[in-house]
Amino acid sequence: MTPLLTAEAVTVRYGSLTALDAVDLRIPLGQRHALIGPNGAGKSTLLDVVAGVTRAAGGRVRLAGRDVTRLGPAARARRGVGRIHQRPAVWGSLTVRENVLVAALPRAERAGRWHPAARRRSAGRTADALLDRTGLGDLAATPAGQLAHGQRRQVEIAVALAGRPRLLLLDEPAAGLSAVEVGWLVEFLRGLPRAVAVLLVEHRLDLVYALCDTVTVLRDGRTLATGSPAEIRASGPVRQAYAEGVT
Amino acid sequence: MVRLLRPTVAVAVLAGLVAAPWVVDDYTSALLARTLALGLVAVGVALLTGVAGLPTLGQTAPYAAGAYAGALVGGHLCDVGAVQVLVAGAAGAALATATLPLVLPARGVVLLMITLAVGELAVVLAGRWTSVTGGTDGLAGIAPTRPLWGLPVLTTDRARYLYTLVVVAVLVGLVLLVLRTRVGLLLRAGRDDEARLRASGHRVAAHVAGVHVAAGAIAGAAGSLLATAQQYVSPADFGFDTSALLLLGVVVGGTASVGGALVGAVLVVAARDWLFGALPGQAPLVLGLAFVVVAHLLPTARRARPPARPRPASAPLGPRPADARRPTSATGVRA
Repeated sequence: MTPLLTAEAVTVRYGSLTALDAVDLRIPLGQRHALIGPNGAGKSTLLDVVAGVTRAAGGRVRLAGRDVTRLGPAARARRGVGRIHQRPAVWGSLTVRENVLVAALPRAERAGRWHPAARRRSAGRTADALLDRTGLGDLAATPAGQLAHGQRRQVEIAVALAGRPRLLLLDEPAAGLSAVEVGWLVEFLRGLPRAVAVLLVEHRLDLVYALCDTVTVLRDGRTLATGSPAEIRASGPVRQAYAEGVT
Repeated sequence: MVRLLRPTVAVAVLAGLVAAPWVVDDYTSALLARTLALGLVAVGVALLTGVAGLPTLGQTAPYAAGAYAGALVGGHLCDVGAVQVLVAGAAGAALATATLPLVLPARGVVLLMITLAVGELAVVLAGRWTSVTGGTDGLAGIAPTRPLWGLPVLTTDRARYLYTLVVVAVLVGLVLLVLRTRVGLLLRAGRDDEARLRASGHRVAAHVAGVHVAAGAIAGAAGSLLATAQQYVSPADFGFDTSALLLLGVVVGGTASVGGALVGAVLVVAARDWLFGALPGQAPLVLGLAFVVVAHLLPTARRARPPARPRPASAPLGPRPADARRPTSATGVRA
């Protein structure tokens, strides 16, 4: 079966610095996959390459078998890539509901709703359902710019899911959250349908082991190891890499 | 209370504008008509700068294109105002479309500089293309306009003012209606975080192109109104001082407020014309100082700055009890 995401020999250079050196990644449909490694290992860069934000100097990215290497972030989002950023990114002057509505519009368009009113109604239904699911219903009319950090994260999750992604990219989603909020986040991500594959970048290994089926360890832009959480936990080189560099 | 205040002020301003030609003399009516045309350009500036977050100093270029197109159509082809407004709007939109390759990749100060250059180039072109524009002497003796087929020709300053007011009201109403749709939502989202909008699958370049062309069409239509009201068009109407006045008017009226931009521009132009008489030769200096003061003091100017950082304290995630409802306030484009 064709994997959902295939990255082949992805290389990224910033001047003389090689941020990613021929990295391979393969994520089947519905898999929860984590990228871990010390700071500067290239985790977020790989996420940027998959999202289409950073253009790779070499290698290919395929989504469900289709080569998307040359496509930008908008085209990849329309093909089912959703993303949650390290710093929650919301549209501050829009209300919480409007944030989710805006993100749901392209999907409504793709679903063949060409009349603007029908498109907006369809996106509105998606937005309302997601607000209920993420517990944001009470904040629907609140400008997103007035929200606290944890609530912004919630909005960003709803926004990412509004496009009904097949692949969800999570860049340190637990950063800045309290223990209670991390608990909610883990439960919510566990409850995602298996049709959604996840690529998670996270420093908190407890979160990684709680959520993911497979883990890839990066170091200095190269793949150090890939395996199940148990295999990674038992791996000597991985332990050594973490002892040397992770923060 | 605040909700009631805004429509009350809008109705009062509209009533004042309708009654104005019966209260003031003909000269002031003509001045008000020209000011209203400039106010319509300010609406386009507010659309770009305040709503879409694309600062501009170049709306005088489509304004000039529309003014010359309207004057030429009026002089050689058709004296119907509606036709002149449509042709002028198309000319403004065409000029805006021609500048898209320069505008689309630029943002912030770079965009401001590019649009300023486009505006200045338009003035130079208008001054040198003598066979079409009349050069620095301008186009004089523009034939009087009739609003629609079958209606009488506008021969008085009062009639030209009322025609200008009706066209401006219709176009501003259209802009406000469009901004209430998803178009307004997407423009505001793009202003807040363009990268996030792209990551949600939206074609941001198409939005930017669309709002530029729309603002160009609005400025072009305003140019036609200037030609009708003034019956004379020259490059002096489209210089840098006009661009600066427009931006000042938009800041005074509220960057994201379409109606406010119109009122702000009218106030600023009226102040300039009064200052020209009260302080001969010092008006630009006083307006420059006013710009600095306004940019620092007015809440509407402060609103245009980047939003405050999020509060560090975070409420627990997940569903909340009903009593945890927060006070809400509506956001959006203000009329």
